[in-house]
Amino acid sequence: MGGHSTYQPKSAAEKWLHERLPIVELVKSSALDFPTPKNLNYWWTFGGILALMLVVQIITGIVLVMHYTPHVDMAFNSVEHIMRDVNYGWLIRYMHANGASMFFIAVYIHIFRGMYYGSYKAPREVLWIIGVLIYLVMMATAFMGYVLPWGQMSFWGAKVITNLFSAIPFFGEPITTWLWGGYAVDNPTLNRFFSLHYLLPFVLAGLVGLHIWALHVPGNNNPTGVSVKSGQDTVPFHPYYTMKDSFAIVVFLILFGVFLFFAPNYLGHAINYEPANPLSTPAHIVPEWYYLPFYAILRAIPDKLGGVIAMFGSIAILFVLPWLDTSKVRSGNYRPLFKGFFWIFVAVCIGLGYLGSKPPEGWYVIFSQILTFYYFAHFLVILPLLGLLETPKPLPSSISDDVLAKKKPALPQGQAVPAE
Amino acid sequence: MKLFKTLVAASLVLLAVPSFAAEGQKDAKDISYSFEGPFGTFDRGELQRGYKVYKEVCSACHSMRLVSFRNLSQPGGPSFSEEQVKALAATFTVKDGPGEDGEMFDRPGLPSDRFPSPFANEQAARNANGGALPPDLSLITKARAGWYGTFNQLINGVGGPQYVYSVLTGYEQPPAEAAKDAPEGKHYNPYFASGHWITMAPPLVDGQVTFDDGAPNTVDAMARDVSAFLAWAAEPKMEERKSLGFATLIYLAIFAVLLYFVKQRVWAKVEH
Repeated sequence: MGGHSTYQPKSAAEKWLHERLPIVELVKSSALDFPTPKNLNYWWTFGGILALMLVVQIITGIVLVMHYTPHVDMAFNSVEHIMRDVNYGWLIRYMHANGASMFFIAVYIHIFRGMYYGSYKAPREVLWIIGVLIYLVMMATAFMGYVLPWGQMSFWGAKVITNLFSAIPFFGEPITTWLWGGYAVDNPTLNRFFSLHYLLPFVLAGLVGLHIWALHVPGNNNPTGVSVKSGQDTVPFHPYYTMKDSFAIVVFLILFGVFLFFAPNYLGHAINYEPANPLSTPAHIVPEWYYLPFYAILRAIPDKLGGVIAMFGSIAILFVLPWLDTSKVRSGNYRPLFKGFFWIFVAVCIGLGYLGSKPPEGWYVIFSQILTFYYFAHFLVILPLLGLLETPKPLPSSISDDVLAKKKPALPQGQAVPAE
Repeated sequence: MKLFKTLVAASLVLLAVPSFAAEGQKDAKDISYSFEGPFGTFDRGELQRGYKVYKEVCSACHSMRLVSFRNLSQPGGPSFSEEQVKALAATFTVKDGPGEDGEMFDRPGLPSDRFPSPFANEQAARNANGGALPPDLSLITKARAGWYGTFNQLINGVGGPQYVYSVLTGYEQPPAEAAKDAPEGKHYNPYFASGHWITMAPPLVDGQVTFDDGAPNTVDAMARDVSAFLAWAAEPKMEERKSLGFATLIYLAIFAVLLYFVKQRVWAKVEH
């Protein structure tokens, strides 16, 4: 991965290792020397933030498993045992629960950044597709994790979502029974969700490895969308982006800390502090906030099977985004019409999230239908047409030229030299 | 700073997403507690009085299965002394065993025991309470919301303790319209989360519990004390959480400033 390396083993021991496993060279070329466009803004720091959040989730999750009991009669109490009796158990559990929300905040910003700057366009289509896969696996993992405390919303959320598969014609019922491991959401369901919730994060880690590999072949996109032309356009990843990312990560951790320490239950549902009861349905069954737009799409379609297809379609359509956008210009900065439609699309997604939190009745349903229609139209009509109709602004000839044009003309030409 | 503005705008829109109240539940009375806000701590006297209200009134029907007597002397709680906790626990009778003869036996409670439950099982509890199940109170202030709305909850909290206080003090005469089809054996309480009719009769009367510290024992005062006690029982590590949070945020803030200057220094000679 990455550019050519300048690594020269110095000591005899380093030389010995290098001839057998050139791992030091790999780290140096892909994590330290890796040439990175020098004009990346803070929207680009969310990749690093996401990598950190995955590590946080895996570590806190492994510790939680040491104290958790995956059984319908004991799961709820074992979580409370973690909260009350395990040393710093409350901290670990609140980190894991709020960490999931933080993970999704970061991933949504990361996805929208990719959309705005056209990071999915050639030659980064595979990078984008792996990213969508990561997002899908994340959603499955978070869903199964929410079931594990076996509270009321855990149980009823699991029931509603697994019931979606019963909409599949002919095989719906056997598939649902197979997923449940029985004829209802019960102990076998909890056990398999626990098993998969432990497995999938490692699948995620593997996908993240592929994502980074696929990033390092073409290199980073950048706010101009113009490809790197020469060494003048780039800086080595370390120390430039290690320091910038570290700063962004710590600021993000402050946001995380505010929720974790001062509003740890704000992003959850109160009713999930009541143990699961299959005989008592909560007044409103609502998924976690990060699924709400898809929940709105699901309920916008009056037909169950249609709703399920629309919901999965709304994610599946992201896989073909690189081929739906016909514009050759990557960055939204140089696409005056696209820019407006991009922000409308963001607003539509937030609007769908709002509607997903509402009961499916009256005007809420009608607005859900309008916004669902627009969501798909954005990908299937607006993006293909914009590329043909829009006149983009002139692109800078290179990243360096763009950087210079924004500075006062008196400044000397920027060069990628170390600070000291 | 464009990034910052966009993030602020986006989060404002996101936070405007309200949840919704259960059917017709009236917003809880927004009384204030000593443990609210980022620096709020529990009032020891209030928790001790609240425990007494729970023991003498609530515990006749409501279990608190997740709380042990030893918790009562742990830091951040009612701060009973260990001697007091031993004495408190010993006032309860706990079924233990089987002993060497293979039989279950009764013994006085120990600090390591959980609070004993008033009924042997759910059926016994329902049978004694007109078919309704008195909920376990260990987590009640976290399992109920006093009010709804995404902004409202962010600023004022979820209102769980206020919900308990409001139900305890919120019994009233039903409006004429509702009184027409009043269910038998139920009481009108607009704050109750599942409909306006609650099976529990008004549990508190003025002067019911006598406090050792001579604090007032009106219905209002007892409802405050017991709801504060239940808030502690639901979140016994709250004080530890807030103080660790404060230290962590200060550390992160200083670290962020240092990293910012390091980053500026590193980038100083690169046009970007």
